[in-house]
Amino acid sequence: MESFQDVLFKLKKYWSDRGCIIQEPYDLEVGAGTMAPETALRVLGPKPYRVAYVQPSRRPADGRYGENPNRLYKHSQLQVILKPTPDDIIDQYLQSLEAIGIDLRKHDIKFEEDNWESPTLGAWGIGWQVMLDGLEITQFTYFQQCGGIDLDVVPVELTYGLERIAAFLQGKDSVYDIEWTPGVTYGDVRLAEELQFSVYNFEMADVPALWKLFDLHEKECQRLLDAYKDYPDKKRFPVLPAYDQVLKCSHVFNLLDSRGALSVTERVAVIARVRKLALGAAQCWLDQQNLQSEAAGAAEVAQ
Amino acid sequence: MSLPLLLEIGTEEIPDWMIEPALGHLQALFQELLEQNRLKAESVKTDATPRRLVLRAEGLPERQPDAEELISGPPASAAFKDGQPTGAALGFARKMGVDVADLTIQNTPRGEYLCYLKRTAGRATRDILAEGLPQTILGIHFPKTMYWTGKGGPRFIRPIRWLVALLGAEVVPFEVAGVKSGDRTSGHRVLGQQGIAVSTADYEQALKANFVLLSAQERRRKIESEIEALLQGTGLKVRPDPALLNTLVYITEYPTPILGSFDPEFLKLPEEVLVTVMRHHQKYFSMEEADGRLAPRFIAVMNTNSDAEGLVRHGNERVLRARFNDARFFWSVDQQKKLEDRVPDLAYVTFQAKLGSYLDKTRRIVKLSRRLAKLAGVESAAVERAALLSKCDLTTEMVKELTELQGVMGGLYARAQGEPEEIWRAIYEQYKPVGMEDSIPSTATGRILALADKVDTLVGCFRVGLIPSGSKDPFALRRAAQGVVKILVEGKLSLPLSKLIGKDQALMEFFLDRVRYYFREVRGFRYDEVNAVLAAGCEDLTDVESRLEAIQAVRPTENFEPLAASFKRIKNILKQAEFAGGGVPDATLLEQGPEADLYSAFQALRSRVKRLRKKREYRTALEAIASLRPQVDSFFDRVLVNAPEPDIRLNRLTLLHNLLSEFSAIADFSEIVTTLADARGPAASPGTRP
Repeated sequence: MESFQDVLFKLKKYWSDRGCIIQEPYDLEVGAGTMAPETALRVLGPKPYRVAYVQPSRRPADGRYGENPNRLYKHSQLQVILKPTPDDIIDQYLQSLEAIGIDLRKHDIKFEEDNWESPTLGAWGIGWQVMLDGLEITQFTYFQQCGGIDLDVVPVELTYGLERIAAFLQGKDSVYDIEWTPGVTYGDVRLAEELQFSVYNFEMADVPALWKLFDLHEKECQRLLDAYKDYPDKKRFPVLPAYDQVLKCSHVFNLLDSRGALSVTERVAVIARVRKLALGAAQCWLDQQNLQSEAAGAAEVAQ
Repeated sequence: MSLPLLLEIGTEEIPDWMIEPALGHLQALFQELLEQNRLKAESVKTDATPRRLVLRAEGLPERQPDAEELISGPPASAAFKDGQPTGAALGFARKMGVDVADLTIQNTPRGEYLCYLKRTAGRATRDILAEGLPQTILGIHFPKTMYWTGKGGPRFIRPIRWLVALLGAEVVPFEVAGVKSGDRTSGHRVLGQQGIAVSTADYEQALKANFVLLSAQERRRKIESEIEALLQGTGLKVRPDPALLNTLVYITEYPTPILGSFDPEFLKLPEEVLVTVMRHHQKYFSMEEADGRLAPRFIAVMNTNSDAEGLVRHGNERVLRARFNDARFFWSVDQQKKLEDRVPDLAYVTFQAKLGSYLDKTRRIVKLSRRLAKLAGVESAAVERAALLSKCDLTTEMVKELTELQGVMGGLYARAQGEPEEIWRAIYEQYKPVGMEDSIPSTATGRILALADKVDTLVGCFRVGLIPSGSKDPFALRRAAQGVVKILVEGKLSLPLSKLIGKDQALMEFFLDRVRYYFREVRGFRYDEVNAVLAAGCEDLTDVESRLEAIQAVRPTENFEPLAASFKRIKNILKQAEFAGGGVPDATLLEQGPEADLYSAFQALRSRVKRLRKKREYRTALEAIASLRPQVDSFFDRVLVNAPEPDIRLNRLTLLHNLLSEFSAIADFSEIVTTLADARGPAASPGTRP
């Protein structure tokens, strides 16, 4: 039987063998692997990139106090970005399933329309949810736009739902019964975290403090973005720290949402505020990339 | 020699619901390509699976026919002087790239001209197709497209991965999005080979050998017959679901149904919940026992050939169990907070950015339903209560998860929380009718609530400019308006339209389109009858219905159509005379004979017709009006309306005007098309669909 961590190892190895950088999770709270700069920023511009990483994804509103066998406040995604997309991507993807022990001849695989969209990131793509015997195991997306910018090169994003896949492989009805490694269950490792964060997210997070945090992070981000234009040495400019502030805003927004602190109009307005920051950071990042590639081009010509 | 053509566009999985329209479009574009190039095929047909759009033609010529074109140059008189070609003739020949000797004098409708008969040899069909097919392929319309080769690259529904293009035995060479056409196809993703060489003759067979059934019909039959075999001797029945079947046909290349089961414990949950989970979330068919009760079984359709070890069945059962467990959890957790206590939470659910939250909407619906209840003479307390609770299920976990169940869930929760049937049923049925085939809410309370909800959406959306155009109707306003019409008519609610929707002219027009559609397409009235009746007033749709039924009944009688023709004549006479009306005929000015006869017949009838109209006995009223025909006919045969004496002329116009206005309150007869051949008319003209 494949343990939870075996599945992680094998998928990472599989994509490593296909030229991916294996990254560690981004060390800030994010709602999805897409939010990590390794995806949200790297998909911009013409430069090829291949990366895979496991991203713990926090969605405060999805928490269930550890009582629901399938729903988690924090779940793990294996995020794969291949930029540009190889022509045989679907075959490569299907082989990755074989690599973790799924004999496709004995199972039923379907690709069902599902177009992913993130209004806060100004990002969307075209794709499918991949169904294995009726279970959604992967979100498969051809990115079209990110940070409100049409992408020069179309990357594919594969997002594997690791708990679901492990539960499927192990035939477990509850994620908490998944064997993490022999003798240790997923529940042993994570149940307390699910419970405590559910209590915090739904009952105890201080709403006025959250609003303050949101304002602070927003202000800090905007201050940086405003400074970009006149900053003399652009390659030194801290675009990545500015983007971190976007992520913090996004997480605080999710917390406010799970606390039920946002009315309809507020919700729309706050999404727009985060989106504005995300678009600004994406613009700066892309500009910085272009300047660097121009500089590299000029250096080549000089030689 | 005539040749077959095979075109296969190999793609990644196309959304099922887009495939049939795409095939229609592909076929039309291909026909256009043929026509533009003076080519004809004996037959053209299309097929598809999620991974391929296929067009096959038979009997294409090897070459396009040769073409002749007569190009005229200068007039013959200016072309030669003294038997020698002039500058004009030489110039024309140069322009055509030939000698003057190749030109001829032709007699044209404009006179004699120097002409060049240009002959163009037909091109090879293969070359024409090689040039045209890329545009044909990329021209297929899809609701949402993507690019994949890079910014500015070609757009299609999903990436194109291979192309088969064969004319006879030869490849039609072209390239789309970096993919070169060839003779190699791909089989089923898991069970088939890739790079399979095919010919136009063995193509379908080669696919079948690689677990791809090209024909949708064949996939459908396979699903149906195998389901039948699975159920043999079980006593179970499938609940028919043609839309689901069609989806399954287009998300599979090699469909195989399997029979699964779930714990009968779950049957304690509302059937609506179970069926929705199976139908919308898992694409399973629901099953029932011989007595019609929901059975703890389901049918899933795989995209593969078998489930020998039962792993797929086991996997699907596991997923369904998890989903039903969720539903059971939602059902119990949702009960912990009554609908009534959820009203304030609606402030956190968006209805529409410009139209506020569902709390705002709830307040509006409560007010509107109170007003409508009073107008319709329905007791308003129950309606208001139902309206207050109607949207609360949007805050329940069950509806957040199974959005299709909004309304239904609210009704079920209201029932569980002890609301009287009148109220819970109104909530349950508030979104009815969901289509023209669906029934309207079953109670008066439910009808008022459904009206209030739909009217609020319509009025609100029109006010903030969210007006449907073409195929864009994101708030399903056409369906809402259609629902209002259906409820008013079939619920026999005499609510004036203007009281419902107010003064918005655009909205009124929009509504009238729905009214016309309903009476014509759903109820089968003739278009001219509908026009005639609506021209005489459209405030009360139940009254419109009564008048239409009367017209339909009276129409075949011998006097009706001739009288309608006379009314049209009257209308034209009044129009030509620019007669604005007013006044009553002066009896002393009437000429004895037909004119006086018509007047006295009219006098005798008018109060009777008025009385009948008041009682809505339209049929009898129309029959009475039709009985005037002999007098009207003889008036027109023997009386000159435009009499030389102005006072007599004016009196006659007044008589006709009185007649017309008095008898046009049921229907404007001049709208009736009186030759039967015309009466079918533009029944399905564009813009009348809902």
